[in-house]
Amino acid sequence: MIDVEHISKSFGPTQAVKNVSFNVSKGEVVGFLGPNGAGKSTTMRILTCYLPADEGTARVAGFDVATQSLEVRKCIGYLPENNPLYMEMGVLESLQFIAALRGVPESSRRAKIKQVIEMCGLEPIINKDIDELSKGFRQRLGLAQALIHDPDILILDEPTIGLDPNQIIEIRNLIKSIGKEKTIILSSHILPEVAATCDRVLIINRGEIVGSGTPEELAAMAKGGQTIYVTIRGPLQEVKEKLLSMGTVREISVLGEENGCNRLSLTTDGTAHLCEDIFFLVAQNGWSLSELYQGTVTLEDVFRELTTREA
Amino acid sequence: MKATLIIFWKEFRGYFNSPIAYIFIISFLVFTNWLFFKSFFLLNQASLRAFFSILPWVFLFLAPAMTMRSWAEEKKLGTVELLMTLPVKDYEVVLGKFLASFVFLIVTLLCTLPLPLTVMLVGNPDTGAIWGGYLGAFLMGGAYLAIGCCASSLTENQIVAFIIAIFVSFALLVIGENFVLMNLPYRLVPIFAYLGLGAHFESIGRGVVDSRDLIYYVSVIGFFLFLNNLSIESRKWK
Repeated sequence: MIDVEHISKSFGPTQAVKNVSFNVSKGEVVGFLGPNGAGKSTTMRILTCYLPADEGTARVAGFDVATQSLEVRKCIGYLPENNPLYMEMGVLESLQFIAALRGVPESSRRAKIKQVIEMCGLEPIINKDIDELSKGFRQRLGLAQALIHDPDILILDEPTIGLDPNQIIEIRNLIKSIGKEKTIILSSHILPEVAATCDRVLIINRGEIVGSGTPEELAAMAKGGQTIYVTIRGPLQEVKEKLLSMGTVREISVLGEENGCNRLSLTTDGTAHLCEDIFFLVAQNGWSLSELYQGTVTLEDVFRELTTREA
Repeated sequence: MKATLIIFWKEFRGYFNSPIAYIFIISFLVFTNWLFFKSFFLLNQASLRAFFSILPWVFLFLAPAMTMRSWAEEKKLGTVELLMTLPVKDYEVVLGKFLASFVFLIVTLLCTLPLPLTVMLVGNPDTGAIWGGYLGAFLMGGAYLAIGCCASSLTENQIVAFIIAIFVSFALLVIGENFVLMNLPYRLVPIFAYLGLGAHFESIGRGVVDSRDLIYYVSVIGFFLFLNNLSIESRKWK
């Protein structure tokens, strides 16, 4: 569906995208992962024909973004960064406006609008003005606008940024359900989020793709630096010694002590069954365990891993 | 062209959906009526000359105020990215936005119709000059608005857009005024006199619709909309 070959883009002296190539096949949900300023948005802007690439070619649904821009734009639904909306318009009005400009025929416009309203759960706010909406509803409206013409391809730039955890899960589920039928590219800087929604992840740093694979593959890459947090009631010295003797624990640092409970953070080499092992170790020695928590793999972990490996 | 119409409606309704339109029309009416009636009874002439002669100076401030939002706000809010990634051509949007402000200006000017009606009631004015004056006002207003739209597309700050538009319109207005022409080299006088925004308005206002005057305004509008289009396209320059 999307073929990108060697695209580069500079803004003055800063090179935002460097020789990036990737492709996305039909029905795939691909996540761009990277810190702010990594070139995610620029790549998306090139794909949506908002900006041209300096070098390289990109084809979307068989159309070239440089020469067949109108055709490309017709088959894409795009949610730009920060979800810009016409604040002075009403919710229904803005959907009608976008549908009209999208060329949705008048006869089916009502039905399409009704469909996206249901899909994105906009019923409660349909008669409001956009500037009265909460951030979560604004985000849904942005998605609804992107979906109004039933595009084959959706490009979503940070669709969950700035939302509260409940809203993030709602939007995530929405994307997942849409992703069953459509090709989606979305960007994020939160790994668990990408892991929850995407089939494949591209990690972008400083304009380059530094890694790609399924979320599981990427998480595995970062396992070397896994951290586990435990709180154990027991003699500190003995606890430390026993934990270190397990072999897989590389380093222990004491985070705090309260009423005989020691809070420790363990740096480990691998996580296979380690939590279980710790549990049994504690049980065997007759100590008590009040916390056992495996730090989630963060973007930074994957990142550190990928960048140090290259250097 | 369908896209132009859709953009036009959205922008035109935008004026009336907010208080902008009403504030704008009321202040325009109060201002022009005041300036007109101040001298009307004094001169004791059944003519709208005084009204039309202040329009170039009133438009100088009001037209930029109408157009300063059109692109600057879209740039500021980022909606320009939403708009320009829809399957629309750049010039369709440029045209739609201009037409919205143009029709809004026509509506505003039509609100002054009680003025000529009053004059017709109390005297026997030259109706040709009145209709000519309105036609000239539409065209000249269009030129100011095209400059305003163009200025608005250069920046994301509405105040900056407003000031650029005033500055450019002012420059184009004064180069045709007598106190500038007087100080110019002899050969340049006809060129500058032709380029000035106000002179053509005066000649249409006499009730004589000359094709040269029409061509002048249409080309000024075309030129600035072309620049407007270029500035929107400039994001794609390498």
